[in-house]
Amino acid sequence: MTPAEALAAELLAALRDAGAVPVATDILQPAETLLDLYGEDIRARAYVTHDPTMGEMMLRPDFTVPVVQAHMREGAEPARYCYSGLVFRKQEGARAREYLQVGYEIFAREDPAQADAEVFALFSRLLAGRGLRPVTGDIGILKSAVAGLETSDARKAALMRHIWRPRRFRALLERMCGQGPLAEPRAALVARLRVGEAVEAPQIGLRSQEEIAERVARLIAEAETPPIPPAQVRALEELLALKGSAPAALAALRAQGWDALAPALDRLEARLAALAGAGIDVDALPFEASFGRTNMEYYDGFVFGFIAPERELPPVATGGRYDALTARLGQGRAIPAVGGVIRPEVLEALS
Amino acid sequence: MSLKLGVPSKGRLMEQTFEWFGARGVGLRRTGASREYAGRVEGVDGVDLVLLSASEIPRELATGRIHLGVTGSDLVREHLGDWAQEVAELAPMGFGHADLIVAVPKTWVDVETLDDLDAVAAAFRARHGFRLRIATKYHRLVRDYLRAHGVADYQLVDSQGATEGTVKNLTAEAIADITSSGETLAANHLKILRDAPVHRSQATLFASRGAVWDEAGGALAALAARLGLSLPDLV
Repeated sequence: MTPAEALAAELLAALRDAGAVPVATDILQPAETLLDLYGEDIRARAYVTHDPTMGEMMLRPDFTVPVVQAHMREGAEPARYCYSGLVFRKQEGARAREYLQVGYEIFAREDPAQADAEVFALFSRLLAGRGLRPVTGDIGILKSAVAGLETSDARKAALMRHIWRPRRFRALLERMCGQGPLAEPRAALVARLRVGEAVEAPQIGLRSQEEIAERVARLIAEAETPPIPPAQVRALEELLALKGSAPAALAALRAQGWDALAPALDRLEARLAALAGAGIDVDALPFEASFGRTNMEYYDGFVFGFIAPERELPPVATGGRYDALTARLGQGRAIPAVGGVIRPEVLEALS
Repeated sequence: MSLKLGVPSKGRLMEQTFEWFGARGVGLRRTGASREYAGRVEGVDGVDLVLLSASEIPRELATGRIHLGVTGSDLVREHLGDWAQEVAELAPMGFGHADLIVAVPKTWVDVETLDDLDAVAAAFRARHGFRLRIATKYHRLVRDYLRAHGVADYQLVDSQGATEGTVKNLTAEAIADITSSGETLAANHLKILRDAPVHRSQATLFASRGAVWDEAGGALAALAARLGLSLPDLV
């Protein structure tokens, strides 16, 4: 057994002691589910192979999806699961392609703040004394801010779809204010569509004339929608850039007086109270509003990480809440869920 | 051991490669019967000519079985992972120009840019229940390009030829392919998006970073002097 494997076994034992039931998942996962969730980008990150009868398969790029599927099939509620095993990710350069993950997931309908705090406090205890920097965030606050913009539902939906792609999100936001590199091509397109020149070409492909006409109407309506008010854009940008201690961040967000954020901020406040109750020093707990935006695309509420300071190492641990994922995988059924993973090799590299 | 120079084994690309070297005082000649893949290099000592399919040249460069190779810059970027780690670009050769582009049906009057394509992909998926299909053989280049531009809700479907026909055949909604004149696209009722292309390709002389250069170094220096090239650090 390698030192990292021994560490993984120790961590798994500790998670069992915390009340979690061990689960095993297949290494070979159907590619279709993962492609539907993550889109084509997952092919750049996961290893794809082919089975003559099962079709396209992927080497497990994470545990969360198969654990959620197992719970949706046969789980009782509430449930706590733990697991340990290899995941496989394509990497540039010398980073590890296969590595261990030890994880913990809670599926519970009652008291989400308590469940969030339980996972974070457990990880904090298991990783204590390693010199790691914890960081927290909340994708739910970002989603509330987008939902609270004074603009059309179509624009909010377009922004919401790209919350996890910061560059695209910014480009869209700028266009919706009539600015940035996308604004001029869009204005020119709408001008041409208003003239309505005929196109000398036969209709080909599955996308119908009706679908094209619908989008033309939407584009013209969109062009007549007033820009998003500059004050709101500024408030959103301030929110995205916010970093500080968790209580200071909460106070700063409250001080914005943005009504749409109030329910999400109430949830943050309840979570901080639960974390304090679980023994976490919340006054010293870092909060970064954009944390988890670039690479944790199924999280939709609380997010956290434990980072090795001043080293070119991946995060030792990451996790968060993924209520929406259970709805997508549960085909109509959903259950609030939160969890996280620890990477024993990275932890081992620190010692 | 001599320096191995890999060049395309047939067609216009081979002829233009021979012309390019010939104009710089290096004669590339095919030898033996007309269908035999053998050749020699005149004007520089210690260089062996290796005739290969242009699509195999990137791999041969990466493994170091050839020291130098002529192929499209698109093929190197598509087939080699960290391509700049594996090969060095010695000279763009000024022929074999082709753009890798994304094209959609001409009747899509509402789509001119990737910004539009992304919006259409979202609506298409909601309506049809599957991700909008883009037919291509350049999977890596196209995926990286679409990710960089934040396009989501699409899927790449493999098409190794006659890609322009996939939309009419209902196996794709859009395509990403190489074009030089755009005539085949127009004939198949497709139009190119207005954004910068995925890649502007041309025939390029590459050097392998993985080849053993010890004994080929002298021939490389002589060849580079004749061709008027400055050499990067290869190891």
